[in-house]
Order: sequence, then structure tokens, then C-alpha cells
Amino acid sequence: MLLVLCILSVCFGVRAVSIDDIFAALAGQDDTLAQAAIIKRLPRTVLALLIGAALALSGATMQAVTRNPIADPGILGVSNGASLAVVLGLAFVGLTNPYGQMALAIAGAAVAATFVYTVGSLGRGGATPLKLALAGAATSAAFASLISAIMLPRVDLLQAFQSWQIGGVGGAEWPRIAITAPVLALGALICVASARGMNSLALGDDMAKGLGEHVFRTRLMSALGAVILAGAATAIAGPIGFVGLVIPHVCRMLIGTDHRWLLPFSALAGAALLLASDIIGRVIAPSSEEIQVGIITAIIGAPFFIWIVRRTKVREL
Amino acid sequence: MNRLARSQTTPPAAGSAQVAAVIAGRRARHRRHATATIVLGALLLGLFTVALMIGNTFYSIDEVVRVLLGQTVPGASFTVGELRLPRAVLAILTGLAFGMAGVTFQTLLRNPLASPDIIGLSNGAGAAAVVGIVVLSLNGPVVSLFALGGALVTAAVIYLLSIKNGFAGTRLILIGIGIAAMLQSVTSYILSRAASWDIQTAMQWLTGSLNNASWERVAPLAIAAAVIVPLMLSQGRALGAMQLGDDSASGLGVRVTATRLLFILGAVALLAFATAATGPIAFVAFMAGPVAARITGPGANLLVPSAFVGAVLVLASDLIGQFALGARYPVGVITGVLGAPYLIYLLIRTNRSGGSL
Repeated sequence: MLLVLCILSVCFGVRAVSIDDIFAALAGQDDTLAQAAIIKRLPRTVLALLIGAALALSGATMQAVTRNPIADPGILGVSNGASLAVVLGLAFVGLTNPYGQMALAIAGAAVAATFVYTVGSLGRGGATPLKLALAGAATSAAFASLISAIMLPRVDLLQAFQSWQIGGVGGAEWPRIAITAPVLALGALICVASARGMNSLALGDDMAKGLGEHVFRTRLMSALGAVILAGAATAIAGPIGFVGLVIPHVCRMLIGTDHRWLLPFSALAGAALLLASDIIGRVIAPSSEEIQVGIITAIIGAPFFIWIVRRTKVREL
Repeated sequence: MNRLARSQTTPPAAGSAQVAAVIAGRRARHRRHATATIVLGALLLGLFTVALMIGNTFYSIDEVVRVLLGQTVPGASFTVGELRLPRAVLAILTGLAFGMAGVTFQTLLRNPLASPDIIGLSNGAGAAAVVGIVVLSLNGPVVSLFALGGALVTAAVIYLLSIKNGFAGTRLILIGIGIAAMLQSVTSYILSRAASWDIQTAMQWLTGSLNNASWERVAPLAIAAAVIVPLMLSQGRALGAMQLGDDSASGLGVRVTATRLLFILGAVALLAFATAATGPIAFVAFMAGPVAARITGPGANLLVPSAFVGAVLVLASDLIGQFALGARYPVGVITGVLGAPYLIYLLIRTNRSGGSL
């Protein structure tokens, strides 16, 4: 229901269009300006849905794997790891092949996730939210500095990169979506398939072992799925923060903690949120400009993050 | 910053031998502190001279000194006096300001991670400055005041949000990280739709840069520093006592609330004026304190060493960014590349030693 509503409302934009035009455009006509506009908006809508779903699913899985309420691809530095990998490929190998970029982004995301989790879980108490968040923030900052250091001398790449870095779905095209979709589907499949295992993990490692769960294998598989989703989403849309943080929390409040339901529901809600953010960005911005979706999600998401922190007890931080 | 723990582990001896050992230890610490401060000062002076000497054209020390003394040297007067001098002076002043502000917060909150660039105060000042410049087309000292307002509001919001059943430093840090993310995206949005948007301006406000250095930018920061720095230094002893905890400090005769207020306001003001001049130079405020603590050893007053370390960091990073690498990088990129690994190192070390952050 939510989804249908959102797809319809995507028809808002710089130019207002009528319902008739939408159906005509869906049927393949592009005679009028309005219909042409819709045809341009369609891939964008689909991309927003895909990315939103991927990020939310990735966030929900990370929260389950790390058993930590503030895990999110953005906060944990995974998105920036993917960015850095793409930038490295672009600057030093001249890699513009979308498949290569996707693979690099996923590899970068995996390296960043491993590193942040290792640093964050050293010492007493394992991976507490504070340690993970700080390790993530530090890693993100390190990656961001490296990205600037690599990109600044390359004026030719800089402009395109700058808008990608903020995180947006404006530059969507069908061919790129076609490449991304199967990768995202694979990641989603891995995550959803591990849902039962995540339920056991939620009880604690010892309990999960007692239930006959291969804790390490489950955790590795789920993390792999989350990393694939985050990396692929970043490769195509840039780092978009806070979707993966907010959505799983909201969904847990709505439908409970069973991951078999939580994961698909998170994906749907994430798609809705990102699409809504994109629409807000287009509608409230003055005249022909638009606010990138990454900015909207940060402004919605950061207060939510603060609320979660306030709700958590100090000794659990 | 665990010098408290370290000083407590001195093995107990007996009687007058113990007293003598304590006195000797104190003398040694004082000596180390003084030496470290002098070395840092000398390093700063050396870097300052080098910064004035090198560039597209090289000028000898002789020429630089004559320009500084106010004599007219053909060529050098303009290049050194109007281009390099403001830049070097601005680098030193921002470094001093960030270093002092950083160590003040780290001391008051008793956590090296509670530095203003991690908990979002720099981002608050930066966002306010960008709003002032781009949206309200302000310039000059008004921008500095705007940045001050932004930093104060951010500080108040973070502080208020982190109170719940009492105050907790860890909560403040996490909330600060959230606020920082939000302010950062506000800054990048405003920059991305500014008419005169170019990458240099954007880099200045996102990571900090000295590329727009001029005497007009130096002036507000210099005045603020001239007022605030002596005030804070005169109360340095009280800040040291505050580190022992509120109760011990008031037992030692420190007016806790007044001191805390003075230092917070002073640090926020220094930070805001520096940010308005150069943008939030990444990680200088965070690095200066812990680095100074390592250099000067336990039990020292860290205000002056941290200020020096901050100034050395900014000046050296700017030199590296300008001349040591193939392309010209803004100073914030260099400090960011230096600072982020240091943050990770600090995290790993703290985690290893079992301390809870």
C-alpha cells in the first residue's frame, strides 16, 4: 500500500504532470514534455526504491550481526570504504566499467567493515555502540581525507564526483540499474536466507550455539550479504547515510523482532523512506534545483540517531 | 591522557627518602615540561621562517628578516609581506586556537575523544559561517560573530541533549557525532547550491584551508586570541585541578562552576573565530592535546604545549600540502590524513589497555 502511494507521488517534480500523461508515458509515448519528464523520472524512482531497500536491509542485518542498535553502513564507515575503492579505481586504473566499479565497491565495503569491527571489538566489553561508532567515524574521516587527497588534483573527475559524494539518485539510467539490480538481489537473498540464524544470534552467542547454530558461519554469511548490499548501493548512488539506521528501528517497533518478517519489511520501508526523501528534496527545493537525497536522509536520520542514543542506558554505550 | 593513573603508580618508599624522591620527580617533570615547551616553540619559529622563505621564489633568511623589520625589499616585500606572512600568521593563530580549544574540552570532559571537531562544535561554527556568507552575504568580522553564535548554539544543544538522569560524557560524544553528521550535510547542501560555488571554497568549509588568507581574515582571530588566551592561561592552574574531579577541585579552592564556564566560553570562542577564518581544519583540535601530553610527560599543564603543537601541526601540514606533494592540497586534507589514523591508533590503544572510553 505504502509503496503504491509512493510510486504515484513520484510524479511530482519540477514540472507538474497529469495522471493521463503518466499512463501514456508508461505505455511508451514521449510526445509531450510532460511525458518525457515522466520517462526520465521512472528510472530515478526505481533506483530510489532499490537503494532504499538495499540500505535498510543492510542496516538491519548489520544491527543483527553486531547486536548493536546503532549499526548502519554510513556510521560504520562501510559506505565510505566503498567510495574510496571506487575513487581509487577511477583515479589510478581509469576504471569506468560499471561491473568493475561494483566489484571494487563491494571489496572496499568488506575491507572497511572488517577493519571497523575489529577495531571496535578490541578490548573489554566487545563491540559496544560507542566504540563501534567512534571506530566508524574515525575510519570514515580517514577515508574521506584520502578521497579528497586523491581527487583534488584531478579536476576532470572532481565535478562529477562531488555530487556523487553527497549521495543522490538524480543521475539514474536504466543500463546502470540493470547492472545493479541482480547484485542487490543476490545480497538481499543472502540476508533473508540468514534471517533464522539472526534470530538465534539475537539471543546471544552461547544460546545460539546451544540451539545448534553455526554462529561464526551465520555471522559471516549475514555480514557478506550486508556488505554486498551496502557496497553495490554506494557504487551507484554514493554514500547515503542513516536509512540503514532508522528503518530497522521503526520496523522493530511496528512488527517486532522476528528477522524473518523484519528484513523484508525493512526493505519495503527503506524503499519508501528513500523515495519520500527524494520527493521532498525535489518539492521543497526552490525552482529548478533539487536537494540531494543524502542530505534529506541525514537531516531526518541524525535526530533519530540522537534519540536512540538518549534512550540507550549509559552503561550499555 | 592517563597521566593521573600513571602518577599514582609511583612505588611507595619510606620517610625522607620518599619526600626527596617526590621532589626530585617533580623537578624532573618540570624540567621535561619546560624543555618540551621550549623545543616546541623553537620548532614553531623555525617552521614560521621556512614558511616565509619558500614558495615560487626563494628568499633568504636575511631578506625575510628585513621584510619583517619593515624595510622595503624589492619583490620580497610584496611576496613575503602580503602573501606569505598573513598565511603563516593565520596558520599559527588557528593552530593555537584549535589546540587550546581542543585540550580544554578534552580536559574538562576527561576524554580525549571529546574534542570539538569530533563532537560537532567545529561543524556548528562552520555551518553558521557558511550560512552567513552564502545565504546572508555577510563578510568580515560579522561572519566570525555568526560562527561564534553557531558554535555556542551547537554546544548548548549537544549539552542539553546529553543530559538525562545526569550528565554522561559517552552520551555527549555519540550525540555530538550525530549532530556533526547533520551539520555537515547542511554545509554541503548550502555550498552545492551557492552561485559562486567552486571547489576551493567548498574545500575550505568542509575540511579547512588557508588559501584565502589575508590580513582581514587574521584581524578578528588575532583580537579574539589576544583577549582570550591570556585569560585562559591565567587560570591554567584551576583547569589542572578540575581534572581531578569537581569535588577535589573545589576542595583545592577552585570555583568549579565559574572556572568551567570561563573555559568553555573561551574555548568555544577561540574555536569559532578560528573556524570563521579558515574553516574547520580537520583533527587539529583533537590531535594537539594527546600529542602534547605525550611530549611533555605526566603532570604538566597542557594549555601552552597544546597550543604550540596545534600551531606546529597547522603550519607544517600547510607546508606539506603546498610544496611536498605533486599537487597543492588544502591544509585540512593533510591534517585529516594525519589525524584519522591517530584517532584509530588512540582507539586501539585505549581498547587494548582495557579502559572503557
